[in-house]
Formats: sequence, structure tokens, C-alpha cells
Amino acid sequence: MAIFVNENTKVLVQGLTGGQGRFHGLRNRSYGTQVVAGVTPGKAGQDVEGIPVYDTVEAAVAATGATASFIAVPPKAAPAAILEAARAGIGFVVCITEGVPAQDEARVFATLQRDFPKTRLLGPNCPGIISPGKCNIGITAGEIAALPTRTGPNVGIVSRSGTLTYQALYELKQLKIGVSTCVGIGGDPVPGTSFVDCLAEFQSDPETHAIIMIGEIGGSAEEEAAEFITTHVTKPMSAYIAGVTAPAGRKMGHAGAIVSGGKGTAKGKMDALHIAGVKIGLNPTEACELMAQIVRGL
Amino acid sequence: MDLFEYQGKQYFARYGIAVSAGGVAMTVDEAVAQAQLAEYPVVIKAQVQVGGRGKAGGIKLANNADEVRTHAKNILGMDIKGHIVKRVWVEHASDIAEEYYASFTLDRSAKRHLLMLSAQGGIEIEQIAVTDPTAIVKLHVNPIEGLSLDTAQRAAIDARIPEKAVSGVAAMLVKLYECFTKGDCDLAEINPLILKPNGEVHALDAKVTLDDNAAFRHPEWEEYRATEELDDRERLAREKNLQYIGLDGTVGIIANGAGLAMSTLDVVNQVGGEAANFLDIGGGANAELMTSALEVINSDTKVKSIFINIFGGITRGDEVAKGIVEAMKRVKLRAPIVIRLDGTNASEGHEIIANAGIPESQLISRPTMLEAARAAVELAGRE
Repeated sequence: MAIFVNENTKVLVQGLTGGQGRFHGLRNRSYGTQVVAGVTPGKAGQDVEGIPVYDTVEAAVAATGATASFIAVPPKAAPAAILEAARAGIGFVVCITEGVPAQDEARVFATLQRDFPKTRLLGPNCPGIISPGKCNIGITAGEIAALPTRTGPNVGIVSRSGTLTYQALYELKQLKIGVSTCVGIGGDPVPGTSFVDCLAEFQSDPETHAIIMIGEIGGSAEEEAAEFITTHVTKPMSAYIAGVTAPAGRKMGHAGAIVSGGKGTAKGKMDALHIAGVKIGLNPTEACELMAQIVRGL
Repeated sequence: MDLFEYQGKQYFARYGIAVSAGGVAMTVDEAVAQAQLAEYPVVIKAQVQVGGRGKAGGIKLANNADEVRTHAKNILGMDIKGHIVKRVWVEHASDIAEEYYASFTLDRSAKRHLLMLSAQGGIEIEQIAVTDPTAIVKLHVNPIEGLSLDTAQRAAIDARIPEKAVSGVAAMLVKLYECFTKGDCDLAEINPLILKPNGEVHALDAKVTLDDNAAFRHPEWEEYRATEELDDRERLAREKNLQYIGLDGTVGIIANGAGLAMSTLDVVNQVGGEAANFLDIGGGANAELMTSALEVINSDTKVKSIFINIFGGITRGDEVAKGIVEAMKRVKLRAPIVIRLDGTNASEGHEIIANAGIPESQLISRPTMLEAARAAVELAGRE
């Protein structure tokens, strides 16, 4: 078991003929992911190292039975690409595109909610998802992720930051702790998938025994997660929140990472999670060490 | 990007929102000329991106050219909470019957647009929220449905806007929503939104934050870039296309990824140091980029040590190492480097650095983030 994706997930890549799409799409395939098709308007009939390219998502789905989409197109094209995938019946869409305007994200999210409730969007501006040994969609280097063990305990990871996700994967591997699934939800203002969505899935996934959450300053997603954990999550958790020392009013790289009007501080988020029973690390290493202690006790 | 009031008003005007006639001035003479055009009496307002301008003496009424001279002379160059006034906005003074508040933002947890409207404007909305929360109407707007005039009218009534002003306020809200959405704002706020004795509704102030991600479809934003208040380090970083924020400490930071960069700041702080900056070098940490990053850090005279924190995912450790070695040939650094290199091809990277023959007084390597932070902070503390 894993969440959102597994060994049967068939992936098409929107933008496979572009630089990013080609690079990451092929890496995902060499990891073992079933990358079955590419989509680039006007390039039907071509192939990228044996992966057939179609003009539309609809045609790609009809020909290959793809169930998930990996979107690696520029910010201008990303909103339309997401909605095209949803219209073609794709159930899981991963969009790594950085720089999508917030107004577009809000409209896409509302459209998915109203017209395509069965489609789950991960991102935009996220590293993607990896279920070690089964499926890797996005830009994570597969070799830094530890495989889950048959008997467990295995850890699920959910994170708002790309590099900190890798950091956590890498540290868990050093600590010889298996990972069930690692989800990077991205740092944008309107992420398609939230902490709460992932926590709910991890809670009901029998292969996941404990959860690490990596948050950052800005917004209230971590506070909402804390509330959800209190009432719905029984699996043990550790967490780290980046940005304790970030000055107010300055965006720290991610569109979402900003402390404004005294809201969205790291301290507030850590306090909320602590009250919800989550063990808080003051840096990523500490959060993973705390997880090691948790896992040893299981 | 935050706009100055005068830019916000110009932006509002594009969407048909009524603002006062006026102009911007950088000198006393320009202020007098603008006052003439706007017609007396005029208000002279300091253009700084910080609240409390009025209390600091940055907003004055003038009835003639002499008064404009006196006030403009005082206000230009004034220090308001650390912001030096470089420009004043001179506009025709409005007759004010009543003051309201209106704003649109994105409510991230609801994933909807949020209208906030109050019949009590002119003061800090945070203050109203504490003393009389019911005085603020909060209304979610579905981004794909938009805001109708009907809905805006109902919001105005709910906010206890007096009947005579309801239709004017509602029309203003629809225009402000248009500015917020089509104009790609993160925030579009009018405080105060005024009712004039003649019944007109009018934006007396403008607070606008633009979404940098939407710059590609707004060529008109180019002029706002020119007035952004960046320090020299930030200006250099912008030229080099680096995500950089200047801070006040002594440990220069270079990391790949926004999250790791933030985390690096945290760890430096935890071991007793203070970061001089936030710098996310992004995914492709090659020699070119590393050179640029080190140049920016090197331009900061407060920096006493440089902590390079790289976790290789897609970024490969050997490429980063080559970048550092190459960059150190190009830039004469004033401070020593501590590097922590982990992840993809990290051992190859360490080998490249070891073979480059760089003396330990210029570059040392530490295996973990914490150890590297300690070393960097220790070096920064030496005189």
C-alpha cells in the first residue's frame, strides 16, 4: 500500500518534449515508474526515447490508459494543462510548475472542485510524490528514498518544501527507516492537496505507521493540520517548521512563505502541533531523530 | 511587490476607481507645481511603505504655495520608522462626510477570495477587529463566480453602510474586485474609502500588493520595479536573478531551495549566530550561479563567514563543488567559507574540493548542517 500512487499507476507527462519534462520524465521511468505517454500539442506521432507523444491528454489516455499526469510546462500554460488533464478523466495530477499566478491557482482549484471532484491536484510548485520502489512522479531523486519494509514500521512524509523533503528522505535513509510515501505539497498559496488531505490518507494507509510533517512560515495550513491531528490522527508524528528566524513581511522564496500581520509564524505553528501531540524538532535532523525514537518504540 | 500609495491610486484608476486628482513629487518645486495642477487646498502625503505616516507628521494640508513649500521641505527626507521619504504625493484635499474600509485578499484556508468591508474606516482594521469584530463584514467570493453588484450591495447593507452610500460603495466594490483579480493583486485595500458630502464614493488611500508570479502578463508593472526600495545587495542579487533578502547578521548564507535556505537561517540562529541574508541559489548551482551568489555575499561588508548549505537532489554535488572552486578563482572573498554538501554525488564533490588545493583558512567542510553552522558561527565571531 501507498497513498495516491502505487506500482499500477500509469503516468503521462504533459510537456514531455520540453527540457524539464524530458529530463524528469525519463528519470521517473528509469526509477521504475510506468511512464506510458507524453503530451505536447502538435507533436503527435513523435516519441521521446520510446515513449509515444500525443496531441492531447484525451488521446493519450485513450491509447495508453494513463491514470496520472505529470505536468512540466511553463506557468502560462499550467492552468490550462491541469484542466485538460481533469477533463480527460485523469484522477491524479502532479504539477511541478513554479511561478503560477495565485489568481490562476484559485480559479483552477475552484473549477476542479465544482466540475471535476474526482481529480486530485498535487502542486503547483511542488517536488511531486514518491512511493519508494513503486512510483516516482516529479523531481525527487529516487535513490535518496529508503524502501519500505514488509513488516514496518514505515514512515509517511508530507512537506511544503522541496529541498527539505529530500533532506528528510535522506536522513531517514541514513537512519535505516523505511518510507511508505513521500508527498511534497508545494509552497504556493493555493495548493491542490493540503497537509490535511495527506494526513487523512496516511492515517488510513496500513503500510504507514508514523508520519513526519515539514511545514514552513506563512498561511495557516499547519494550524489546520494540528486541528485535524487532534481529532483524526492516531499515528505518532514528528514535525519541523522552517522559518523561525524569518523577518516579518518578507517573502522567503516561496510565494506562501511570508509572515504577515503577526500571523503564520513558525512559533505559532510549532505550538499548535505540539499541543496536538506532535514531537517538534528545531531543525530537520532533529525531527528525523525524533522519528527514529518513535519508530524504535513501535 | 508592494506599491506606494500613488502607484496604487494610479493602478486603481486603470480599473475606474475614483481617486483624487494629484501628482507625485521628488522636490519642493515639483510639489508646488503639482499642487497648482491639483488646485488648492491640497494634501501632501509622504510616500513610504509603512503605516503611521500621519502620526509621524508625514501628511499635511496646504492652502497655498508657501505652505506647500514648508511642508514638502519637512516631509521630503523625513525618516518614518526607518523609511526615508523620497517622494510625496500631492492631491486635491477631499471633503469627507464618512470613512469606510474595503479590501480584497485571498483566504488561503478557504481557497476563496475574501472581501472585508466596514462602515468604520480610517483607522487600523486590526484595531476594529479587536474592539468590534461585528463591525467588519467578511464575505467569501468564489473565484469562478466573481462578485455581482447584487452581492456587493448586500455586503454593503450587512456592513451597515448608510443607505445613501450603499449603491456607490457596491459599485466601488465591483471595480475593486476587478482590479484585484484582473490586476493580479495579492491585496487591494482602500482605507479610508470615503463618502463625500456630494454623495460620491472615493478612494482616499490605496494599498496594493502585486503577485510577482503574474508579472509576465503585466508589462505595465515595469515602472513599479524602478521604485522598489532595495538595498545595494538586493539590487545586485536582482540583476543576477537570485532569490536574496538582506538581513543584519554576520554569517552569509547560500543554500539550494527556499525551505533549506530558511532552515539554514534557523540553524545558524540556534547555535548562537545571526544570518546576514537569505539566498536561495535554486536547482542549478553551477559555477556561473555560484560566482554570482558569492559576489552578492561578498558585497556585504558585515559578512564574517559564509555558510554554503547544499543538499543534492537534482542538484549534483560534483557540479556544486566545481562551481565553488571556479567561483573562488573569480571572486576574491573577504570571508572564509564553510560548506556542507550532502545528497547526490556528495562524495565526488568533496573530492573535487579536497583536490583543488584551497587552504583551510579559506574553505572548510563539515558533514552535517548543525556542525557546519557551528563552524560558520565560530568563524564569524573571530575578530
